[in-house]
Amino acid sequence: MTATGAAITFDGVGKAFPKRGGLVTALEGVSLDVPAGSVTGIIGRSGAGKSTLLRMVNGLEQPTAGTVTVGGRDVGRARGGDLRAIRREVGMIFQHFNLLSSRTVFDNVALPLEIAGTPRDALRARVRDLIERVELGPLADRYPAELSGGQKQRVGIARALATQPKVLLSDEATSALDPETTQTVLRLLADINRDLGLTILLITHEMAVVRDIASHVAVIEGGRIVEAGETYDIFARPQHPTTRSFLSGVTGVTLPAFIAGRLLPSAEGAAQEVIRITFAGDHATDPMLARLTSDLGIPVNILAGAVEEIGTRPFGNLLVSLPIGRAAEARAYLERHHLLTEVLGHVR
Amino acid sequence: MSANLIHLLIDSTLQTLYMVAISGLLGAVFGLPLGVYLATSRRGELLASPLINRGLGLVVNATRSIPFIILVVAIIPFTRMIAGTSIGTTAAIVPLTLAAIPFIARLVENAIREVDAGLIEAARAMGATPFQIIRKVLVPEALPAITLGMTLAAVSLIGFSAMVGAVGGEGLGDLGIRYGYQRFMPEVMLAVVVILIVLVQLVQSLGEWLARRVDRRAPRNRGH
Repeated sequence: MTATGAAITFDGVGKAFPKRGGLVTALEGVSLDVPAGSVTGIIGRSGAGKSTLLRMVNGLEQPTAGTVTVGGRDVGRARGGDLRAIRREVGMIFQHFNLLSSRTVFDNVALPLEIAGTPRDALRARVRDLIERVELGPLADRYPAELSGGQKQRVGIARALATQPKVLLSDEATSALDPETTQTVLRLLADINRDLGLTILLITHEMAVVRDIASHVAVIEGGRIVEAGETYDIFARPQHPTTRSFLSGVTGVTLPAFIAGRLLPSAEGAAQEVIRITFAGDHATDPMLARLTSDLGIPVNILAGAVEEIGTRPFGNLLVSLPIGRAAEARAYLERHHLLTEVLGHVR
Repeated sequence: MSANLIHLLIDSTLQTLYMVAISGLLGAVFGLPLGVYLATSRRGELLASPLINRGLGLVVNATRSIPFIILVVAIIPFTRMIAGTSIGTTAAIVPLTLAAIPFIARLVENAIREVDAGLIEAARAMGATPFQIIRKVLVPEALPAITLGMTLAAVSLIGFSAMVGAVGGEGLGDLGIRYGYQRFMPEVMLAVVVILIVLVQLVQSLGEWLARRVDRRAPRNRGH
């Protein structure tokens, strides 16, 4: 993934549409570079505007302010044949696959090539390759109704790659799939990103998808991007409350129920402080808790924790409780050693 | 029943089939594109032009609200212009076609509008022109519903064709009126009714069989 400039650039993008006399703002002041060769995730809740943003990349939606540039071309102002030419260089996959029920797997994958006017022989060879690439060879003559969700999405991916696009847009492509199938589809997307050097821009409401595949992430809330950067950094140092709330679902580390139920917001009358410690980067593997106890003599009570990998880098999360009298000292010590701490509450 | 009458019944059946087949075919030739256009020229659709859509809609509704027997006699000058005569079985095809076009157009329009908008979006994302989307996505995906619509239209045309005796069109309906009713021959009336029931059954079964054949929306049993 050598990023050489941006494959897609959003510059001050806004979208407002008239509704009942007034104007509804779907997007406002969105600026974002999607690095070439990256897998960039846009995460947000439904209605946050992520779908509108994605659809601007292939001109299914037009911005009412700002510009969207793909491969150096202004999509927002392209019309007719120019716009169709851009669209052929941008593949798209969908949550509900959007395969033609009247066409076989082979003919579904062939559709973009038919539209582009590819000669028959070249079309057949290309479609065969694509179907092999997504491992659906034996199912080429089946109809979508005869396939599982994961198989349908693989047809969708093959179809999106047919015209050899430089950019692949993914609109909640795994949201309708079970967790196991989701992993298969995400792995296929990661392989394609690596093998073809294709830039993937995906939208999702699941942080797990971002963690598993995205090198970069942008968090969108109320039509604005509230946080963006490399996935690892965002996971390690989330700044915005929305990001934190998305993260809390995937770090796999939550307080055990017996503690969570007794958590007090104020320190008054409490004996222990509960904190979250985030280990990131080179410090993720340091035995910091042991040193906290041996250097300062502070007893640490581990409540929950996990170390996982984001990309190929380790990333740890620990929930611990400390004696309240020495908590501030312990946090200062940890921060000094480049760990991040967050006070979650107090217990008696 | 005399051999003569049986001859008459066979001739009348063939005449009915002739009128229904030709007017159904012509109705489809004109009604199909009109229906596609009615569906795609609505506001926000592929070929959006709401004003033309509204105008065409009015014309279609107006044609459909005229009772068929009135339409038959009202357009006699037009029929003469097209068919060279206003009397006879061939002339009767003109009003039948004129009634079939708006009917088929509305059925096709409904069938097209039922196609999942996600498929249109996918085709647009591939860089398809509106015409490509119509030809490669909308019509093939709507084909099962269009087939059933055409079946409905054919059955209706069989019914309409019974009224063209008013302008000298022949066929089963005319036979039933002239022999069964006016000459008090209940056995002819009965035979006409039975043949019509069988015809409608056959058309309906054929249409449903065709619709099933083109419908791939549900998995099919892949037995040997």
